[in-house]
Amino acid sequence: MNYLEHVGKYCMMLGQVFKTPQRPRVFRDALFKDIEELGHKSLGIIMFISFFIGGVIALQTALNLEDPLIPDTLIGFAAKRSIILEFAPTFCSIILAGKVGSYITSSIGTMRVTEQIDALEVMGINSLNHLVLPKIIATVFFYPFLICLGMILGIFGGWLAGVLSGLFTGTDYIIGIQSDFQPFLLVYAMIKTLVFAFLISTVPSYHGYYVKGGSLAVGKASTQAVVWTTVLIVISNYFLTQMLLT
Amino acid sequence: MIVVKDLHKGFGEVQVLKGISTTFHPGETSLIIGQSGSGKTVFLKSLIGLHIPESGTISFDGRINTDFTTEAKRVWRQEIGMVFQGSALFDSQTVEENVMFPLKMFTNNSEKEMLDRVNFVLDRVNLTNANKKFPAELSGGMQKRVAIARAIVMNPKYLFCDEPNSGLDPQTAIVIDNLIQEITAEYKITTVINTHDMNSVMEIGKKIVFLKNGTKAWEGSKNEIFKTDNEAVVEFVYSSNLFKKVRQAYLNETK
Repeated sequence: MNYLEHVGKYCMMLGQVFKTPQRPRVFRDALFKDIEELGHKSLGIIMFISFFIGGVIALQTALNLEDPLIPDTLIGFAAKRSIILEFAPTFCSIILAGKVGSYITSSIGTMRVTEQIDALEVMGINSLNHLVLPKIIATVFFYPFLICLGMILGIFGGWLAGVLSGLFTGTDYIIGIQSDFQPFLLVYAMIKTLVFAFLISTVPSYHGYYVKGGSLAVGKASTQAVVWTTVLIVISNYFLTQMLLT
Repeated sequence: MIVVKDLHKGFGEVQVLKGISTTFHPGETSLIIGQSGSGKTVFLKSLIGLHIPESGTISFDGRINTDFTTEAKRVWRQEIGMVFQGSALFDSQTVEENVMFPLKMFTNNSEKEMLDRVNFVLDRVNLTNANKKFPAELSGGMQKRVAIARAIVMNPKYLFCDEPNSGLDPQTAIVIDNLIQEITAEYKITTVINTHDMNSVMEIGKKIVFLKNGTKAWEGSKNEIFKTDNEAVVEFVYSSNLFKKVRQAYLNETK
């Protein structure tokens, strides 16, 4: 199957996904379950990575700014920009593509190979709508909070790294954070997050739903899903940056 | 009653079903038998609407399934119960949630009414004290019982089973066979079973359809299968020495 066919099949899948749920109460239960699985259970890894990467960004910036003419406040400013513009939305989304993407593909793929999806179809249930729509809504609504948390912890990690290492003072860092603050950068980060969240939920769902074979095929599909989601995040990141910031 | 007329189904250039016609009656357990690759699963999946036939018709009590409107199809779906080969229970749900799922999707019953119905069908399949267990915590036989309970919870008019005994020990297989037969007779369900299990054929085969290379090679009851001189059936059903001896003894006795 060539790439164009995959794109067509993916679009047709979305056509089935975006239909009114058959039973609101069943949909609500599935949504809460997916918020728990895809969002809440990702909190730990995002908090951990954001905190330490924020620290590393601040340390690297401080270590590479040796010129005495450059003020230390620039460290906070550069760390803030790096974290808000790229680290939190893009880097965290790539991490989530690995963690959540493989979970989505393997769970839906296993349902496919064990005939659970056939069971849904026999009952007269739109299986794509039932399985994929709650995942899209869960990620699109929850990931902005997750990414905001990543930003806050990243910036805090930078501050703590500076204070503990003595490379810069906490006051300089905070002044740098506050200087030239542009709210649009947050809007830009949120737009990227929403697009990436959509990709993280739909691309692995596509790979899982159309898997053929047994457990080995599910494993391969999970790997492919993570690779393709990452590739699409990187490509869409480029185009979104081009469109929104230039 | 399910009436199948001249059913054809292929995938690409491979023709799997080549004009099958037969009838399945309510209150009877009808068995589809045949070698692997004979088209049994494709036939069953065509009956339940997972495959669309290329030509031919399948009518359910006079209603042809390819002519259904969206609403008629929705109603028809709710009249169908299906037991899959691997049970196809939802891993992430408990036994109770699995059985309750069709009720939640298609009825407006209260939680208590649904729970009462779930407990009733679980009791009917002799599965008690397993409500809160997950499928992975159950044995193969218990999983099959849950699958049967889920299939009958909506009071289906038609029950389809794809190799319900695969992976089960002979004793449990007989229990499952008897359970399906009892439920079929009790609720006057039209039951169609795909099987390789010759014990099932001899035990519950009110009607047996033998498929070979996508065509109906023979049709009859479990009593007729002893007497048939259809070579393909004899070769398939009596492939083991034990069954050959049983058949010979039966023929000698009835001479």
